[in-house]
Amino acid sequence: MIHDFGIVWSERALLLSGLANTAILSTLAAVAALMLGFVMTPAVMSKHRIISGAARLFVDGMRCVPFLLFAYIVYYGLPSLGLRLDNWSSGLAALTIYNTAYMAEILRGAWVTQPREPIEAGIAFGFSELRLFRRIILPPLLLAAGPVIGNQVIQIIKDSAFLTIIALPELTHAASSIQSRHYVPFAAFITAVLLYWGLCLVIEAGVSSVGRLADARR
Amino acid sequence: MTGGDILSIFGGALVTISLSLAGILIGLPIGLGLALVRWANVPFIARVVTLYVSILRATPLVTLLLLLFFALPNIGVPINPISAAILALVMNTSAFNCEVWRSALMNFPKDQYEAAQSVGMRAGLRFRCIVLPQIVRVSLPGLVNEMSLLIKVTPVLAVVGVVDITRAAVRIGAETYEPLPPFLVAVALYAPIVFALVSLQRWIERRQAAAEAAA
Repeated sequence: MIHDFGIVWSERALLLSGLANTAILSTLAAVAALMLGFVMTPAVMSKHRIISGAARLFVDGMRCVPFLLFAYIVYYGLPSLGLRLDNWSSGLAALTIYNTAYMAEILRGAWVTQPREPIEAGIAFGFSELRLFRRIILPPLLLAAGPVIGNQVIQIIKDSAFLTIIALPELTHAASSIQSRHYVPFAAFITAVLLYWGLCLVIEAGVSSVGRLADARR
Repeated sequence: MTGGDILSIFGGALVTISLSLAGILIGLPIGLGLALVRWANVPFIARVVTLYVSILRATPLVTLLLLLFFALPNIGVPINPISAAILALVMNTSAFNCEVWRSALMNFPKDQYEAAQSVGMRAGLRFRCIVLPQIVRVSLPGLVNEMSLLIKVTPVLAVVGVVDITRAAVRIGAETYEPLPPFLVAVALYAPIVFALVSLQRWIERRQAAAEAAA
């Protein structure tokens, strides 16, 4: 058994590059999904029936489709519509679009519970739309939604493992390739599991420090 | 895509639904058991359960499934794709269920428990008649949410060769060189199942909110 872990250790460069790819992919997707979520949320809450209906359809529709199937559709299905992406761009696109729906829903949930007064005060002070959003609406919204966004980031990290099926060289893919070359399944996959756990603990620590910041500001 | 192809995707749907049901039905009581161990603070075992839940919640189902499928035969436990799939689903969902049950247990009013103690109810009776009915009601929306998440991760089981909706669709796509139509059929099968569960969850939440407002 120790010998098996020795083999995994000798392949550490491959595992670490897999870990780095998982981290990069998840970070890019999380940031992009959050940004797009901010665009999506006002659309979901829009007074125009057509805009809010279309946004609702997208958000609810995405939340009913399994991520793996969505990744398959983006990677294998879109080429027959003439849109061919390599595995990195289709993986990133799938992860981002899918999680935009979740982020929009999370932000909407936090938005409706925010008090109206500061926003009205901001309007009375003559803040422009963009400044009102950036200075008055955004900071408390992010602090309130922090823990749920953190959970979603953990979900993104776990979803990124599914991208191993489109041969994206992330952590699970690295573990599989070590196991198939050296036949050390337990050592390879348990190492991957522990690395995922480490990533999630980092996210949780980040979320709780944001939580402390939010408490300090209250 | 022929009618037979569509039928084979429906056959996959049966597999997806039975595996999900197996995962849900076995995972629910195990999750409750784990939550009780942590709630009662059983020495040492509670620590182990905490660690188990923390690791399992951070592990992607693909990685867990590959670990079970390849490593168990390696240590002398033969396993076929179906049992590996059910085991992975149960391990994954029981960790999440444990958290839902536990938060209901943590918020359970202590005075009721003490009242039951003071009228001389035994521990088993106390749990069955006082605690369980109330925590089931509180946990229900969270548990239903976990069920819809479980169904959304089942396509992963195709990785070890379980012929579920996704694998049936992938196979037809590979045979016909037209991957999009079978995938759309697959989406049309998953979406109503998940949507039904999400609607059920919202309905339970609304009903409970209405009952609370009336009280």
